[in-house]
Amino acid sequence: MASDMASDTGSDTASGTKPPTTSARPVRPTGSLSAWEGMARQYDYWLTVLKRTWRGGVVSSFLTPLLYVVAMGVLLGGFIEGDPDRLEGASSYLAFVVPGLVASHAMTIAVSESTYPVMGSIKWHKTFFAQLATPLAVRDLVNAYVAFVMFRVASACAVFMLVIAPFGVFATWWGPILAWLSQVLVGFAFTTLVFSYSARLKSEEGFGLLFRLGVIPLTLFSGAFFPISNLGPVLEWVARLTPLWHGVSLSRMFCVDRIDWALAALNVTVLVTLTVVGWFLAVRNLDRRLEV
Amino acid sequence: MISARGLRKAFGDFEAVKGIDVEVRRGEAFGFLGPNGAGKSSTMRMIASVSPVSSGELRILGMDPATDGPAIRGRLGVCPQEDTLDNELNVFDNLYIYGRYFGIDRATCRERAQELLEFAQITDKAKAKVEDLSGGMKRRLTIARSLINNPDLLLLDEPTTGLDPQARHVLWDQLFRLKQAGVTLVITTHYMDEAEQLCDRLVVMDKGLIAAEGSPRQLIDAHSTREVAELRFGVGEHEALAEKIEDLGERIEVLPDRLLVYSDHGEDVVTAVLDRGLHPIATLVRRSTLEDVFLRLTGRSLAD
Ligand SMILES: Nc1ncnc2c1ncn2[C@@H]1O[C@H](COP(=O)(O)OP(=O)(O)OP(=O)(O)O)[C@@H](O)[C@H]1O
Ligand SMILES: [Mg+2]
Repeated sequence: MASDMASDTGSDTASGTKPPTTSARPVRPTGSLSAWEGMARQYDYWLTVLKRTWRGGVVSSFLTPLLYVVAMGVLLGGFIEGDPDRLEGASSYLAFVVPGLVASHAMTIAVSESTYPVMGSIKWHKTFFAQLATPLAVRDLVNAYVAFVMFRVASACAVFMLVIAPFGVFATWWGPILAWLSQVLVGFAFTTLVFSYSARLKSEEGFGLLFRLGVIPLTLFSGAFFPISNLGPVLEWVARLTPLWHGVSLSRMFCVDRIDWALAALNVTVLVTLTVVGWFLAVRNLDRRLEV
Repeated sequence: MISARGLRKAFGDFEAVKGIDVEVRRGEAFGFLGPNGAGKSSTMRMIASVSPVSSGELRILGMDPATDGPAIRGRLGVCPQEDTLDNELNVFDNLYIYGRYFGIDRATCRERAQELLEFAQITDKAKAKVEDLSGGMKRRLTIARSLINNPDLLLLDEPTTGLDPQARHVLWDQLFRLKQAGVTLVITTHYMDEAEQLCDRLVVMDKGLIAAEGSPRQLIDAHSTREVAELRFGVGEHEALAEKIEDLGERIEVLPDRLLVYSDHGEDVVTAVLDRGLHPIATLVRRSTLEDVFLRLTGRSLAD
């Protein structure tokens, strides 16, 4: 059963490994997997998760947002005058609201996939503990997790954009592609940040707080449904500080083809920065949480 | 395979492992025997390279867990005290998915999973949910899972807790075969019969320290007499009666329900007790076991 091995009991010089050092954590321990290999080894696991959850995903990812489009965009939007100057360049309210809706939808999926399921992997299913007994490291767990959530976000947003395309809400054919990439960026930022929050959380109550004080206000006041200029100068600036607004701003300017490249660069920088910071926090928090 | 010097583990102010020295050689079955809270699991988690060492030196397969964690874990099999099976996966997938984490290719993984289902005698449950397994079956599945990567070193934290006697014997037999095949075993247990059956060498651990070390035979020879006379009197009488017969053995232990008199000649003790006009309700003469060693070293019985 056991294969023969080169090294044996403790004697470090004989086994040819490095001399004894006291346990300072190295940046890359020997035997660490490349980021790609670390994720590839979890592919089969996440495939089973997808097989188990895709039905519910279809409803919440595709059906619910389409209902929103019909209700808000078509029915409610019918009452709203389509003046491009008051709608950030959009030709109709539907064309205005769709890019915002999809961006906020990206956030919603990212948040819901990074809250209870993260706690479940720690507390209820112990998935993370089992995984850490193998060559996988905390970093690998975070990467694969984020990759899975991003698959959900990216596919949901893509389908959404494709379905809505025939309704003539997009100004160019290439704008929506950039808009889709912006929505993916929104997903990345929220997945990593919320993951880092969930990794620290001891009880589910914290999620209620996150939804009530985070997700709902952001959805309503980040410019998805109305121009933030309607908020008045002070609140408008508050809205500009929220991560979702940067995503809505990108998504919309690409869809309606009124692009301010300097602003776009700022929006992208903010979202990428949040993603990077979120990723480091996620790895650090999960590492602390799982340490025994 | 394992070498620890002055190994410690602290949780905040509390020290669970207070400086232990351990050497485990290739191919042997090594045991940690100790009561609840002795620090066995804490030690095992450090060996499994998932729990950072607080201080001291630890080498597993010649490597340092702090710098070579993934390389070490790739060659270990770990059966933790509390099952970490994924409740959302079925039985087969628990094996298959876990194998993939070690980088084993899909075909081999499937083959191994199938073999291990047989090994654990749960082939008919392959498609069942983990939740629907009995406690003993879950345990066997966890052990099977720990073998998916053909480990060089197998760590078993209380492998048979919760198994019925028959399942325990089957498992002992299987572990024995693994050992024959060259796998080094490290086992924690509070069953002294398990320690005697399985372990070539063991340490008795108590309150984070090692109280004694040796083969089961050596420990018994060093810390107990050849035989023990067990005397059962009425409830509450044991304390008082102990004084009257103290001189009959090398040592006497008062338990709530019986007296243990340690002597190389147990029958003589019983005869002498009767000669003094005392009438135990029941008597038993037996050989010393690790239980007696433990009682001697820690003043407590393992069952506590
Ligand atoms: N993560 C932890 N945080 C704080 N204290 C801990 C932690 N893990 C263990 N301890 C404490 O360390 C001590 C040793 O625990 P450990 O689990 O190592 O004992 P054990 O010998 O395995 O006991 P048992 O036979 O009950 O499994 C106990 O007092 C326990 O409360
Ligand atoms: Mg334990």
